[in-house]
Amino acid sequence: MIADVPMLIEARGISKQFGGVEVLSDVDLDLHVGEIHALLGENGAGKSTFAKILAGVHRPTRGTLSMNGDPVDVPSPIAAQKLGIALIHQEPVSFPDLSVAENIVMGRQGGGLLTRVPWTEIIADARRYMDMLGVSIDVNRPMRGLSIANQQMVEIARSLASNSRLIIMDEPTAPLTPREVETLFSIARRLREEGRTIVFISHRLEEVRMLCDRLTIFRDGAHIATHAIENISDEEIIRLMIGRTLKKYRRKHTAVIGEKTLEVSNLSLLGAFEDISFSVRRGEIIGLAGLVGAGRTDVARAIFGVAPATSGSIRVGGIEARINRPTDAIELGIAFVPEDRAGDGIFATLSVEHNLTAAIPHKIAPNGVIRRELERGFSNKSVGDLSIRLASLGQPIVELSGGNQQKTILARWLLTEPEILILDEPTRGIDIGVKAEFYDMIGGLAKAGRAILLISSELPELLSLCDQILVMSEGRLTAKIQREDATQENIMLAAVPRKGLAA
Amino acid sequence: MNVLGSIFFRRESGILVMIILFCLAVGLYKPQFLTLSSLRIILLLTPLIMIGAMAQMLVLVARHVDLSIGSMLGFSAMVVGLMYREFPEIWWMVGFPVAILTGATLGLFNGLLVTIFKLPSIIVTLGTLSLYRGLTFIISDARQINRSVIPTELKVMSRTSPVFDIPWIILIAFGIAVMAYFVARHTQFGRQIYALGSNPKAAPLRGIDVTKVTLVVFALAGALSGLAGILYASRWGFVNPSNTGAGFEFQVIAAVVIGGVSINGGVGTVMGTVLGVLLLGCVSAALPLLGIPGSTQNAIFGAVILVALLIDRTVRHRGVASVSGGAA
Repeated sequence: MIADVPMLIEARGISKQFGGVEVLSDVDLDLHVGEIHALLGENGAGKSTFAKILAGVHRPTRGTLSMNGDPVDVPSPIAAQKLGIALIHQEPVSFPDLSVAENIVMGRQGGGLLTRVPWTEIIADARRYMDMLGVSIDVNRPMRGLSIANQQMVEIARSLASNSRLIIMDEPTAPLTPREVETLFSIARRLREEGRTIVFISHRLEEVRMLCDRLTIFRDGAHIATHAIENISDEEIIRLMIGRTLKKYRRKHTAVIGEKTLEVSNLSLLGAFEDISFSVRRGEIIGLAGLVGAGRTDVARAIFGVAPATSGSIRVGGIEARINRPTDAIELGIAFVPEDRAGDGIFATLSVEHNLTAAIPHKIAPNGVIRRELERGFSNKSVGDLSIRLASLGQPIVELSGGNQQKTILARWLLTEPEILILDEPTRGIDIGVKAEFYDMIGGLAKAGRAILLISSELPELLSLCDQILVMSEGRLTAKIQREDATQENIMLAAVPRKGLAA
Repeated sequence: MNVLGSIFFRRESGILVMIILFCLAVGLYKPQFLTLSSLRIILLLTPLIMIGAMAQMLVLVARHVDLSIGSMLGFSAMVVGLMYREFPEIWWMVGFPVAILTGATLGLFNGLLVTIFKLPSIIVTLGTLSLYRGLTFIISDARQINRSVIPTELKVMSRTSPVFDIPWIILIAFGIAVMAYFVARHTQFGRQIYALGSNPKAAPLRGIDVTKVTLVVFALAGALSGLAGILYASRWGFVNPSNTGAGFEFQVIAAVVIGGVSINGGVGTVMGTVLGVLLLGCVSAALPLLGIPGSTQNAIFGAVILVALLIDRTVRHRGVASVSGGAA
């Protein structure tokens, strides 16, 4: 069926390892000249890694690429640019202090250091590309301050300036308004008519249906299926995206469920989430499922006071709570173990001990001066309780494995004796063995009467641990599923934005 | 000029307004400040700082800093001074390439430490600030190069003039500023410095050879410090191992920062830098007239820097960014 369609890219056996973990294995994929091709898959399925390999950001561990039938090597982004391959990031990479025109041509010009910059030509070219795209951005203004949509337009203009044959857009529509999406799509269609090939990575099935000719589904780093868009139903796509077989973990503890401790009503934050209501009772584990960007972490950050909601209410223990900053939340007995360990969780240069006791200054320093024996006592207890593996308490935390760093952060928050525990992707990047330990620990915390809100992208994790699973999509709650009714399919159906579900 | 362009221009004109207001204020107390001869004094105070400021501006735009330029100035001046002492017969003009190459070598060394060992430039140049100063003592045996050693032709450059009674030394400084403008605005290298400083992570993705650009920036800073070194010998007629160039880096950074160059890289114009230098020159020239002792000069410079930074921060927070390369 594809005999008469000229091939732009043929990828064969592309594999990629990061630190011993295979994130892509033996991916074969053909991209036709003049098609818009969607890449779909769950979080971490390997779509973005594959895109970055095409664009020279990563080098494959194994495998070959050919372009127009000739084998090619893409060792760097600049090599990709010379081959006519452009990657447009969701949050574009640019030089904020340089003008729009310069950003468009940067990387194109050759010549030595003292080669004169042909300003008139650069500005005229930039205007021409902007006209081709039908957007009116002053090319003399600096990049800084442009909207994300306009920054994407500049990136697209950049790909035109380097005469790209393959333009890869990695979740371009996530930060855009509906009208901006419409503009982007009409430009994408025009580029297709010119014979360019576009790879479109998105979670939104309705957009894929509107725009794309064919789609490819990735799962766990492998190529699962490629279909013409009209030959496959939404349900089939979702089935192919999940269909993973994982050993089922069974929760050991069964907790006695008590009264409501955390109640969230009609919580909204403009641009992040809208009208979120749910409650968590003592001894209960509530899961929060959704794709990246669905707003799950934003809800957690709002409850913890990092970025408070603009409307709605939070009740803790039946009493209306005002949470404007994390210290308010901590006083109410809420703890939040963030997803981005390196950025938000650990104090990288400090010892394990200081990391453990960082949230309880008043307990280790009752009179303002730290008492060593108190600090040591708390630390030793934490290390014992959570079986944190370490050489010594004085060891810098970065020397611990990911799992043990995560345990340390969890221990830090447990020392504050929280009633309500919010865990954001607690097992991301942790070995399978340590994961089971975590699951036991989370179950144990619930049994001890704590209310737990568990954010996770791993469906089996949610299915085995949670009493109820909430699903978010595009900032809204789209489903509340009881433990006994929950399946991977019904969670994903609610998580993938489609017509009729999300606005 | 478009609307945004005129906003960028406002950054430079802001400094110009500060200069005018300052001069008028001083002129109210001491009318003789507003004469041609005091303009001459101001201009004579500035050539060395002007050259150093051009060097520092390029370094700061690349999101680095060079604290060693005063020591590079001192070392280069000393090398030239020793040459004149040991080889009195040598043609005086030879001092120029010698000073510039000496400075460039020291600057290149800074650049190598920054690029090869990935050390922060503030630490590297803090180290070489002491190192180069110490080497100046060693090569000179801690002795001063006296007036008699410096060739007369070199010394008179600070007083004689080819045109309009403007001394050579001032013409050279402004010539360097014009060249810096051309490099910053109209060469690949200049634009790559801005790109590098604006987003160091993106620079290699866009085909910029970060190592090469960084090395050239530091070598250039050294070369200009070397030029400032020989002009120091011309202007003051001696080279002293401990005084020559000492504290130069602070005056230069003050001028550059006042001129609107961002210490976060990517932002700064030659026009702004020139105006920053002139504002500092006006302050220096006004102090003795107002009867303020020279000993308070450092405190006043420090205050001027802080005020300039506060203005800069306030302007930025209103969302008025500065365009690179200058719209003037």
